[in-house]
Amino acid sequence: MTSGRCGSEPPAVLVIGVGNAWRGDDGFGLVVAEALADSLPEVAVKTASGDGAALMSEWEGAELVIIVDAVRSGAAPGTLHRLDASAGPLPPDSLRCSSHAFGVAEAIELSRALGTMPRRLVVHGVSGQTFAAGTDLSPPVRDAVGPLLKRIRDEVAALTLARESAGHR
Amino acid sequence: MTDANMPRTARTTRTIRCDYLARVEGEGALYVRIRDGCLQDVKLKIFEPPRFFEALLRGRRHLEAPDITARICGICPVAYQMSACHAIENALGITVGGPLRELRRLLYCGEWIESHVLHVFMLHAPDFLGYESAIHMARDHGDLVQMGLRLKKIGNDIGALLGGREIHPINVRVGGFYRVPERRELQRLVEDLTWACDAAEKAARWVATLPFPDFEQDYEYVALRHPAEYPFNEGRLVSSGALDIAVSEYEQCFVEEHVAHSNALHSAMRGRGAYFVGPLARYSLNFARLTARAQHVARACGLGETCWNPFQSIIVRCIETLYACEEALRIIASYERPERPFVDAPAFPGRGFGCTEAPRGILYHRYQLADDGTITDARIVPPTAQNQKTIENDLRGLVPRYLDLSDSELQWRCEQAIRNYDPCISCATHFLRLDVDRGGAAAVP
Repeated sequence: MTSGRCGSEPPAVLVIGVGNAWRGDDGFGLVVAEALADSLPEVAVKTASGDGAALMSEWEGAELVIIVDAVRSGAAPGTLHRLDASAGPLPPDSLRCSSHAFGVAEAIELSRALGTMPRRLVVHGVSGQTFAAGTDLSPPVRDAVGPLLKRIRDEVAALTLARESAGHR
Repeated sequence: MTDANMPRTARTTRTIRCDYLARVEGEGALYVRIRDGCLQDVKLKIFEPPRFFEALLRGRRHLEAPDITARICGICPVAYQMSACHAIENALGITVGGPLRELRRLLYCGEWIESHVLHVFMLHAPDFLGYESAIHMARDHGDLVQMGLRLKKIGNDIGALLGGREIHPINVRVGGFYRVPERRELQRLVEDLTWACDAAEKAARWVATLPFPDFEQDYEYVALRHPAEYPFNEGRLVSSGALDIAVSEYEQCFVEEHVAHSNALHSAMRGRGAYFVGPLARYSLNFARLTARAQHVARACGLGETCWNPFQSIIVRCIETLYACEEALRIIASYERPERPFVDAPAFPGRGFGCTEAPRGILYHRYQLADDGTITDARIVPPTAQNQKTIENDLRGLVPRYLDLSDSELQWRCEQAIRNYDPCISCATHFLRLDVDRGGAAAVP
């Protein structure tokens, strides 16, 4: 799914919701992406299954990339995490356990090694409760959708402001 | 883990333990037991839980088989769709020819390209060069990794165009496709594919310079063979032994058996045991059906018409990638859009067999259909399940040569050997665990 601005130029801000709609809380990134596509028309919003090579080509040329994904952590289900990948390597094993050998974390680190990282790359994660088969988010994870939408809108607004004051259009 | 400072000679038993083998598709472990300097036991343990797809198919409509079985694997869904379509069509007594058949080959080209390139650049090449991962390799070989990523994307683009999306295509159906592309849509791929031919050749010539262990085994290769084509969808099942059978005779010649240490059934050839499927088998049984350029590049890379060194499978994957790019260009150049995207596939009772060449080797499907087309029985035999015995045999041949290596070096060599098969453990039933048990007091219980 792609929405928001399109055209030949890479988007300034790109949000990628990563996940699998059929595996419980793993659908979190997709739910957030869908809500953002409706409410942030100036931002390009995409969804992805988590294939690393596809992610790398999606974010090529973008200035700020926000990835939304479910994470494994010791924190209570529904806890939000913000990982600034531009600042340094992500903690190992932080991102969702993928059936693919080449996933989100690998794509970020490979991009870093190749020098093709976006200027800013932020991962917003939620601690999942269940990744069993099923399309419903668990209650604590569902409750985290609203607060994360606000955080992302604020982050995008701050960047837009910074770009405008720097003379971008 | 054994104590690395302890002299080797003082040990009676050695255990090497790799809890999760990375860079394979699925969850598995390897257990190696060495006693008094002799290899005693090798087990490829697949603990990926069984997924019961064959039972899941019972009671479903015959037209659902391609979409249900595509879910078995995110790397090779096209293979599942193709084998399912051919088996159901075989049961219905219909054949799909002309441009629809060509489009199926084109879709398969896309899957081979993306699957082979992912394995060569991201998973296997780092083994040969001593890098922990493709990420580490990218710091020194950025241009090559970038080339690999672009090549893989071209394979994915073919899949997205013909399949409707990159992973788990939704445009394939029994009898053909839901929608077939316009000529101009395919023409857009030509520039990329022309570049891809050169890139695949460059990749082949590069991997040919990697250091290869001098290791050959007495394999029985099994692959499809078609009179005129390098095999994707059709052909007879032949082997480097005496096998030459129709796909419908598969279960008379091959058996599956349960072994306690694996959730994936082990396959064996009746009366002959282990056999080998995948790129090396296809190449060695079908060299004459490659394009002139692919043959030329193979020879320039030091390969003969057959290749018995499993480590050189990385070269053969590049040769097959080159072939797939050339074949895709040939299909696009001669494409005439068919009037209908599929041939009708009305319900009909019967039994059907299908076997196609997944990137990792032959993938066999068999279905029994009731009068109304309901699937009453299904059998699916994926390539990795068929290679399990051969992988274990390779390790039995390999480990005794490397007993002097440290546990971590031995583990590295074992993992490299397992990745010769690009094993898709998810298909066969995502990490591999490796235990090397060398015994002695220092060994892990």
